[in-house]
Amino acid sequence: MIEIKDLHKSYKMGSNSLHVLKGINFNVEEGELVAIMGSSGSGKSTLLNILGMLDVLDEGTYTLDGVPIINLNETKAAKYRNKFLGFIFQSFNLINYKSAAENVALPLYYQGVGRKERQVKALKYLEQVGLKQWAGHLPSELSGGQKQRVAIARALAAEPKVLMADEPTGALDSKTSYEVMDLLQKINDAGNTILIVTHEPDIADMCKRIVHLKDGVIVEDKMVDQVRASQYV
Amino acid sequence: MKFIFDSNTWQEIFGSIGKNKTRTAITVIGVLWGIFIYIALAGAAKGLDNGFERAFESTAMNSMFVWAQSTSMPYEGFKTGRSLQLKLDDVNTLKNRIPEIQYIAPRNAKGVFGGSQAAVVRGQKSGTAPVYGDFPIYTKIATKKIYDGGRFINDEDIEEARKVVVIGERTQKELFDEEENPIGEFIRVDNIYFQIVGVHKYVPGGGFEGDTDMYIPYSTYKKLYNTGENVDWLTIAAYDDADVIQAEKDVKAVLKSIHRVNPDDERAIGAFNLGEIFNRITGFAKGLTFLSLIVGIATILAGVISIGNILLISVKERTKELGVRRALGATPREVRNLILLESVFLTVVSGIMGIVLGALVLYGIDSATHDSDFPYTNPTLPISYVLGALGIMVVLGTLIGLIPAQRAVSIKPIDALREE
Ligand SMILES: Nc1ncnc2c1ncn2[C@@H]1O[C@H](COP(=O)(O)OP(=O)(O)O)[C@@H](O)[C@H]1O
Ligand SMILES: [Mg+2]
Repeated sequence: MIEIKDLHKSYKMGSNSLHVLKGINFNVEEGELVAIMGSSGSGKSTLLNILGMLDVLDEGTYTLDGVPIINLNETKAAKYRNKFLGFIFQSFNLINYKSAAENVALPLYYQGVGRKERQVKALKYLEQVGLKQWAGHLPSELSGGQKQRVAIARALAAEPKVLMADEPTGALDSKTSYEVMDLLQKINDAGNTILIVTHEPDIADMCKRIVHLKDGVIVEDKMVDQVRASQYV
Repeated sequence: MKFIFDSNTWQEIFGSIGKNKTRTAITVIGVLWGIFIYIALAGAAKGLDNGFERAFESTAMNSMFVWAQSTSMPYEGFKTGRSLQLKLDDVNTLKNRIPEIQYIAPRNAKGVFGGSQAAVVRGQKSGTAPVYGDFPIYTKIATKKIYDGGRFINDEDIEEARKVVVIGERTQKELFDEEENPIGEFIRVDNIYFQIVGVHKYVPGGGFEGDTDMYIPYSTYKKLYNTGENVDWLTIAAYDDADVIQAEKDVKAVLKSIHRVNPDDERAIGAFNLGEIFNRITGFAKGLTFLSLIVGIATILAGVISIGNILLISVKERTKELGVRRALGATPREVRNLILLESVFLTVVSGIMGIVLGALVLYGIDSATHDSDFPYTNPTLPISYVLGALGIMVVLGTLIGLIPAQRAVSIKPIDALREE
């Protein structure tokens, strides 16, 4: 699904250059649930952003679902993101003047899906995250965990190849974090590929594979026995 | 174009506009004020223009009055201060020598510029009224509205020096009961019996004429008051395309040569050039229209620029939201269109509000001045002006929206998302 070869990324700041990713090699197969671990500033977000086509790599190759991701202009990148990827952010990033259902329907709008179908699908995915009865509520009327579930429903709505979550539980208490992980595990059980950036070991342990970043390289890449989040909720 | 008709697009626009109502209101007021000024001023200028036109509608625009005074320079042995008298023959000389002249009506009058008004008597009722000695051609220059059943002086009246009179509507009220028909009735004018052939309708605002004016044939006037071939003044209409100022000069020159007046004598012949005055008035109204256009456009521009400014601020505030949209698959073009449509929507809505408000004010002024003498009629704007103004708003709204729209997509989505 994802193939990364010898990926390098530097940030230029004036005359200085900060070499953040120094040769990453990394493959993800369909159906995997991968945790990207590392201390703060280790380059986890940078890697995820490049995988999410929100940022560009300096060196190396990236292939997503057999499509080489190279020389994308913004329009093309937007189309690919819309088609291939679903994003889940630490700070939820719901649009505050839109109801839960409207937020979920937004990627479908950019896919060109008609209004009726958008509504039906938005409700379907809200139901999947257990928030159907909250469809008409604004984000400000939802709790943190509910907001993140709406964001997950929004990421799912476009039926992407890969879900990418950057610290999805970073803003949540541990009980709510486990609820969100439980949901992500169930989505993964259904066959969806998911990448989760986290620095919390308990969250990483709930994934099936842990990739450890340190000083711009992968220092460890191991399969783990998944801890089911359901036992904590 | 599809996105314009998508309810989601509009929902998004209303969502973002409704997010900050005070800001939206301030934005709207800027453009609203501009278009309001434009509509109100341009409409008022048009109203004045129409008003002046109506005030002068009964008289040909390019007409003038010419009369004789006394000389102020010696010439060919004549001393200064000689009184001049226009004669009926002058009419033909003028017509022959000046091709710009379309009509000349020689006129005499008593009780208008001098002399006392004529006594009018019918039975026990009496009054006074100015008397004019006229030719039928006068109606070619100044329209006289004659009430049904009546007529103005005609050629036979002149030839036979008939004792017929056209009276004013007030004289009719003074001498006749309401149900009486004055046509064909006799009255005494300065003790001579005249038959009434018409009653003219008084049109206010048209110069020195009044609602008691009586018109009798020139030839009858001459006999009645013993005026010989004298003419008090000439009413002259030039052709529509003629230069009235030049025509006035020519007329004066010819009259001076006929009456042996020094060509440089400025005081010997008096003239009132309605055409010139009218040109000045229409020039004033046109200037006012132009001014309103300039002021309106400047204000609209200022308003539109403020919309651009506000949108720029709003785009900065919404950086993160726009980043989220782009992460979800909005192309730069879709983001740009969203901002542009917001800009156009704001401009057009405030434009329409301004038009409605301007129209209300124009309507108010119109009803307030309706029954007054103030020259103000139908302060309307052609619909093409209004549509044109709206079109300009759309264009300006688009142009000004381009700046924030460009700003919105110039930032990379990843940087937009990082924004707090
Ligand atoms: N846009 C940027 N410009 C400059 N430096 C950046 C930028 N984004 C991240 N960095 C730096 O790159 C390093 C890696 O950042 P990041 O990928 O966000 O780390 P993590 O997500 O693992 O905490 C950090 O030192 C950070 O300061
Ligand atoms: Mg990070």
